[in-house]
Amino acid sequence: MLSKSSPRYKASRRRFLRTVGLFIGVMGTSLATLLPVVAKLIPPKLRPPGAIEEVDFLASCIKCGQCVQVCPVEAIFLAELNEGIGIGVPYIDARSQACDFSCDAVQCVLACPTGSLSHDITNKEEVRMGLARIAKPESCLAKLGLGFKGQARGANFTGLLRQEEIDRWNPIPVRDYLYDVDLCDLCVRECPIEGAISLEDVNGYKLPVIHEACVGCGVCEMICPVEPTVIVIDERKVWEST
Amino acid sequence: MKGNLEALLVMFGKTPKKPKQIAQPAQVIHLQKRTEKITKQQIEEIRQELRDVEAGKYSKKWRNRRWISIIVINLMFTLSFWIDIQLFEGSIIASRVLGFHMADLYSALQVVLAYKVMFINLIIGTVTVFIIWILLGGRAFCSWVCPYHLLADIAEKIHLKLAAKKWVTNHEFHRGVRPVFFIVFSILAFVLSYSLFNSINPVGMISRALIYGPGIAIVWLLFLFLFEIFYSRRAWCRYVCPMGLTYGLTGALSPLQITYNLSACQHETACHIVCEVPHVLECVKKGRAGNIEVDIGTDCTLCGACVDVCPTSSLRFEFKGLSHIS
Repeated sequence: MLSKSSPRYKASRRRFLRTVGLFIGVMGTSLATLLPVVAKLIPPKLRPPGAIEEVDFLASCIKCGQCVQVCPVEAIFLAELNEGIGIGVPYIDARSQACDFSCDAVQCVLACPTGSLSHDITNKEEVRMGLARIAKPESCLAKLGLGFKGQARGANFTGLLRQEEIDRWNPIPVRDYLYDVDLCDLCVRECPIEGAISLEDVNGYKLPVIHEACVGCGVCEMICPVEPTVIVIDERKVWEST
Repeated sequence: MKGNLEALLVMFGKTPKKPKQIAQPAQVIHLQKRTEKITKQQIEEIRQELRDVEAGKYSKKWRNRRWISIIVINLMFTLSFWIDIQLFEGSIIASRVLGFHMADLYSALQVVLAYKVMFINLIIGTVTVFIIWILLGGRAFCSWVCPYHLLADIAEKIHLKLAAKKWVTNHEFHRGVRPVFFIVFSILAFVLSYSLFNSINPVGMISRALIYGPGIAIVWLLFLFLFEIFYSRRAWCRYVCPMGLTYGLTGALSPLQITYNLSACQHETACHIVCEVPHVLECVKKGRAGNIEVDIGTDCTLCGACVDVCPTSSLRFEFKGLSHIS
């Protein structure tokens, strides 16, 4: 045993306390990354196609970004430190770039090495990311009886969308496509899923109506020419029959 | 074998001790060296050597090779995404390299503990990586692949420059805290169902920043960088990183190692000055080697700095069972 006043004892005691400090510092920092979630500061995010239950999704994601790399329209981003739980966990911001299924075979699902994106999904119709909702019917061009001419989102919008009659294999910038419709139905005509959305008569108005086939990909939210968007995706919402 | 019990205990934080038994041939050499007269000129030469090493004047052959390796591998990831050559998809944490699944061992363990499901691609990925690093020396991952290593190398260089001018001092921690981090982060992954470690893992952060562009995570990297310059030399690699510990455990089974030869060694311990994990080099101290040839323990990152610095070639790379490399 070293005597308590010996320099070696003191040095070793200092080292021990330093080490405790290091431990608390590292653990504290990592636990602090959970705070925004506990405090519910972070809104839920739209996850890539095939994402399993949020808790399991966060548990299983290894944060490699392979889903980001395979996406042909680069819709997927990895969450940042200020974006709450899951630094490095993928999400989609549909308004700036929706998942338009340009890849046909849900590439991100195939790329996922941990099963965070469920491999049970084999085609786009099986995807359930959320559901579209008409958030602001009062500003919908169709309801107002208006048509639409020009670039859906203006000249500075960088999002991509596949236009099959122009290029089957490569999605083109949304700004490169000029619309000219008498009654705006952009959300309906660009929807990649058959039977997910249609323009219907509602109380004497025309309004897009969402059906059970909707997968929540967000193309309607991206293409909506109204600012702020009329149609939004509710993340992870599932269809309830009325 | 580099993964003997003593080497594992030293990796877990034990202070290395002189071996209880010293083999007869080694005893003969130890005795010979004790009785040998050292001339003044020899002493001056050794002093000069130590001064040069401290000033950073020594061969950088292995360091240059190592840096090229780190840069090329990480650049492949970045370029695969940027120009879409698709050879190295993903990041250091998990990827497909030429189509082969790969997953970092500790990150995969975190995911399995959190998710409580073993996914087939992840099993393939971890087994592949496990086999690769058994063949290539375990913690060689740290020195030859890990992008944080390069950052830490630069921080260490600056730290040593400042320390030589007495502007900073190195504050050591107890190395035993690293296995504690390993265990606590593993338990937390299981309890929280979330791989907490990956929230602060600078290896994943720097890899993602290089590929997908930097974000706010850079602040944490910058903090670690400054911490290692001004407070504690190589702190993350030495005292925290559970990834490094996992590769150390993997390397316990590896035939690739640094081998020490007692015969020509002058015991000036220049290698201790440059080593990232000097506790593995206990055997080079005078009278400590238990044999003429000693396998350097599994916490060694095979960076080759000691090989670069040794004037008598007493330290060298070896692939056990094959002829010597280099």
